[in-house]
Amino acid sequence: MRDEGPGLAAPPLWRRFLDWGGVNYLFILPAVAIYVGVILTPIIMGTGYAFTDWDGLRQTINYNGLSNFYRMFGDEQVRSAIGTTLIIAFSLVVVKVAFGLVLALLVDSNLKSRNWLRLVFFMPVVLTPIIVSYLWKYIFSNNGTLNTLLKMVGLDPLRWLGDPTLALVSVIIVTSWQSVGLSMVIFLAGLQAIPPELDEAATIDGANPLQRIWHVTLPMLAPAMTICVVIALIQGLRFFDQIYALTRGGPGYATETLSTMIYRISFQFGEFSYGAAVALVFSLIVAVIVLPVMQFLRSREFAHG
Amino acid sequence: MASTAPYRARNFALEIVALVAAIVFIFPIYLLVTISLKERSTWSRNPMSPPLEPYWGNFQEAWKQAYLSDALLSSIVVVTLSLIILVTVGAFGAYFLARCRPRMGYVLYIFFLLAMILPFQLGLLPLYQLMRDVQLLGTPFSLVIFYCGYQLPFTIFLYTGYIRALPRAYDEAAKIDGATDMQTFLHVIFPMIRPVTGTVIILNCVFIWNDFMTPLLYLQGSRWATIPVAVAAFVDQEITDWGIVFAALLIGIAPVMALFAVLQRRMMEGFAGGLKA
Repeated sequence: MRDEGPGLAAPPLWRRFLDWGGVNYLFILPAVAIYVGVILTPIIMGTGYAFTDWDGLRQTINYNGLSNFYRMFGDEQVRSAIGTTLIIAFSLVVVKVAFGLVLALLVDSNLKSRNWLRLVFFMPVVLTPIIVSYLWKYIFSNNGTLNTLLKMVGLDPLRWLGDPTLALVSVIIVTSWQSVGLSMVIFLAGLQAIPPELDEAATIDGANPLQRIWHVTLPMLAPAMTICVVIALIQGLRFFDQIYALTRGGPGYATETLSTMIYRISFQFGEFSYGAAVALVFSLIVAVIVLPVMQFLRSREFAHG
Repeated sequence: MASTAPYRARNFALEIVALVAAIVFIFPIYLLVTISLKERSTWSRNPMSPPLEPYWGNFQEAWKQAYLSDALLSSIVVVTLSLIILVTVGAFGAYFLARCRPRMGYVLYIFFLLAMILPFQLGLLPLYQLMRDVQLLGTPFSLVIFYCGYQLPFTIFLYTGYIRALPRAYDEAAKIDGATDMQTFLHVIFPMIRPVTGTVIILNCVFIWNDFMTPLLYLQGSRWATIPVAVAAFVDQEITDWGIVFAALLIGIAPVMALFAVLQRRMMEGFAGGLKA
């Protein structure tokens, strides 16, 4: 449509460079303005603060090079928070993909209750995480539901939120409970997009149900897999609400993640620039993990056509 | 790929297993409702039994003590204003992106994509400080500005993908008839993108309503605390009477639950498809 006709002289190069297409620039202007003002500028400022000693209130800001970063690498708590964040993120990926897939296969079958099952397993996804976490705080509490049930079957009660390892497990349980339905609907959409002929062909060739899932269904689900893994990773790395409600990072620092750590350093201890430095390293960690994973999963998508 | 195989005994067994799993899965929600309807003396003795004689006092207490009417108003104001701006700015921007030249479109696309990869924590501190400097902390506008920024790239991706798939013939026909870009957008494009506007509204509404960390920073202690912040503040001081706590929690999630009850299918589709953007 916008190729120049043979009789028209081509416009000068700079004109063509500025001509972005059919629609007035004013349409994109508000979006760019909001984006630059609310996202880009603060991120650039945050990066800058990481190299200063500013506390968020003082008038003077001094450049202090890499000292925030040196301090961070010697900081036991930050190192432990990095470890905890990674454990939570990878556990969430595994749990959500595995259970999400099983649930999706379940509610894609010919069960009579499949529509009800979909609703039940999906519902927690839309509920407010902080509120759901307080509900689970009761379930995990010393006289709460889980311990009551344990006592009923004659087992000793556990300190679900008081023991460092169990607290981490509890936090992962709550988040998985809440978000497994999201993986389920993403996989379900993937399953429903698979042409039934493929499965029938495999059946005719003598494949058993497990072989069909392994060799037909799973490869066809590669795009859904990418989305699930990336969403679970990002969610796991940015984890905040559940920990705020359930453990406040405790016991000790057992469930302190990078998000809760940054919140604490910057807003409770008032060390703005140190918090910015941790946030900067945190962002690099997220990028270094998420981007290659995305790349790898995408390449598998194309490998399977 | 819903299988068309006949329903057999094995399916029946699977059905039972699935239903038991679903009951276990939904049990926390049952507890939430049950305990909120019991007086302290009742739930502490017998937390799991169904509330045969429901006690509604917890809801009155929670509503009053947690200032939930203020919080509800605040949440509604923040969500509504944010959605209006997001839909307008997002749809306008996406129209430009979808119709500009491929190479330029790609540059802008990457530009906006950056935001989804760049860490929002890094910007959170300086933005907080900027809001403080312009005296917006403690007002709902600080949150509206925040959400308009942070949900915008995602909104633009949803819209751009959809508009790209619309044939250009429609808007070109309108332009040949002498319509301006704005007229074309309002009368041709916007009506056609209604389905994706629905998805944009649902997803952003749920995200914004549920968000906790940002309102905690921006609004804590002010009279504009949103529902999650007000509920959290209340629960942290009133952790002894779970009946009242659960009533507050239930009031807090009632609006999203109601939305889900009305839009079940639409919401599941929105989450399944929308997050691909």
